[in-house]
Amino acid sequence: MNITLGHFLTVGAILFTLSVIGIFLNRKNLIVLLMAIELMLLAVNMNFVAFSHYLGDMHGQVFVFFILTVAAAESAIGLAILMLLFRNKSSISVEELNTLKG
Amino acid sequence: MDYQTGFFYLFAALLLFAGLRVITARNPVHAVLYLMLAFSQAAALWLLLKAEFLGITLVLVYLGAVMVLFLFVVMMLDINMDGLRKGFWKHFPLAAVLGAIVAAELILVLGAGFPSLTANPDAPGVGINAADYSNTKVLGLLLYTEYLFPIEVAAVILLVAMIAAIALTLRQRKDSKAINPGDQVHVRAADRLVVLPMAATQPARPAAAATPSEEVKA
Repeated sequence: MNITLGHFLTVGAILFTLSVIGIFLNRKNLIVLLMAIELMLLAVNMNFVAFSHYLGDMHGQVFVFFILTVAAAESAIGLAILMLLFRNKSSISVEELNTLKG
Repeated sequence: MDYQTGFFYLFAALLLFAGLRVITARNPVHAVLYLMLAFSQAAALWLLLKAEFLGITLVLVYLGAVMVLFLFVVMMLDINMDGLRKGFWKHFPLAAVLGAIVAAELILVLGAGFPSLTANPDAPGVGINAADYSNTKVLGLLLYTEYLFPIEVAAVILLVAMIAAIALTLRQRKDSKAINPGDQVHVRAADRLVVLPMAATQPARPAAAATPSEEVKA
């Protein structure tokens, strides 16, 4: 039995769902939220690489390259904001982020 | 079942297990370590898909830089996890059911939706199995010709992210004692040593003035 595109898409789909319910369950913990977002981007990248391989099209891998770049920038800024939040509130709970009364 | 299939199932099982542990781990340090495991398994899966450059990049950039950054931040913060995990197991059954539905639908649509691509996967590839095929070379050619402008935009994004992260976390400490290197370099001998003109001999002091100073010395 050969490994098909469907196998990789299944892995990507399960990983994406895991990170979605991770965001749902850990919605108070900002740092686990950031990690779940990273996992989500990884699942999307997995789909891109799988399609790129099975369609024989390199443009998908170029797209993964840019997603990795943006994800690295996003996590750096996210962690910086997290540090700032912890310095001001001594907590990373999302429930305490109500200063703007939105 | 060839070795590639076995490796796929090994890596996929480890990846999904690590992903599950990331979202359920009590200790955030454990969550970060499981996330590192997940990324390494994903890199191995990408190697199976012959995306060597991206697999190595994922290991170098993600495991080497981003995850270490996560680990630093998690270890720097003093997090009280008990308050943050309140209601976790209460919502778990609902989340599991919803997740199972979403995953099943995604698998039905995506996993079974491309039968034409599963029969002969290497046929459309442009010489992907040739001996002198270089994934990095093809990717580089594409990046520096067709995607030249996007790659420069990506570089600017990284620069902006770097400056933003530094600007957000920079603060002046009030209690720190620092020396100014500029002042140090531009110092002159006259700033450090002052020669006071004094007479060679001092006039004799009155005895009354000398006595208290000697008492202090004693």
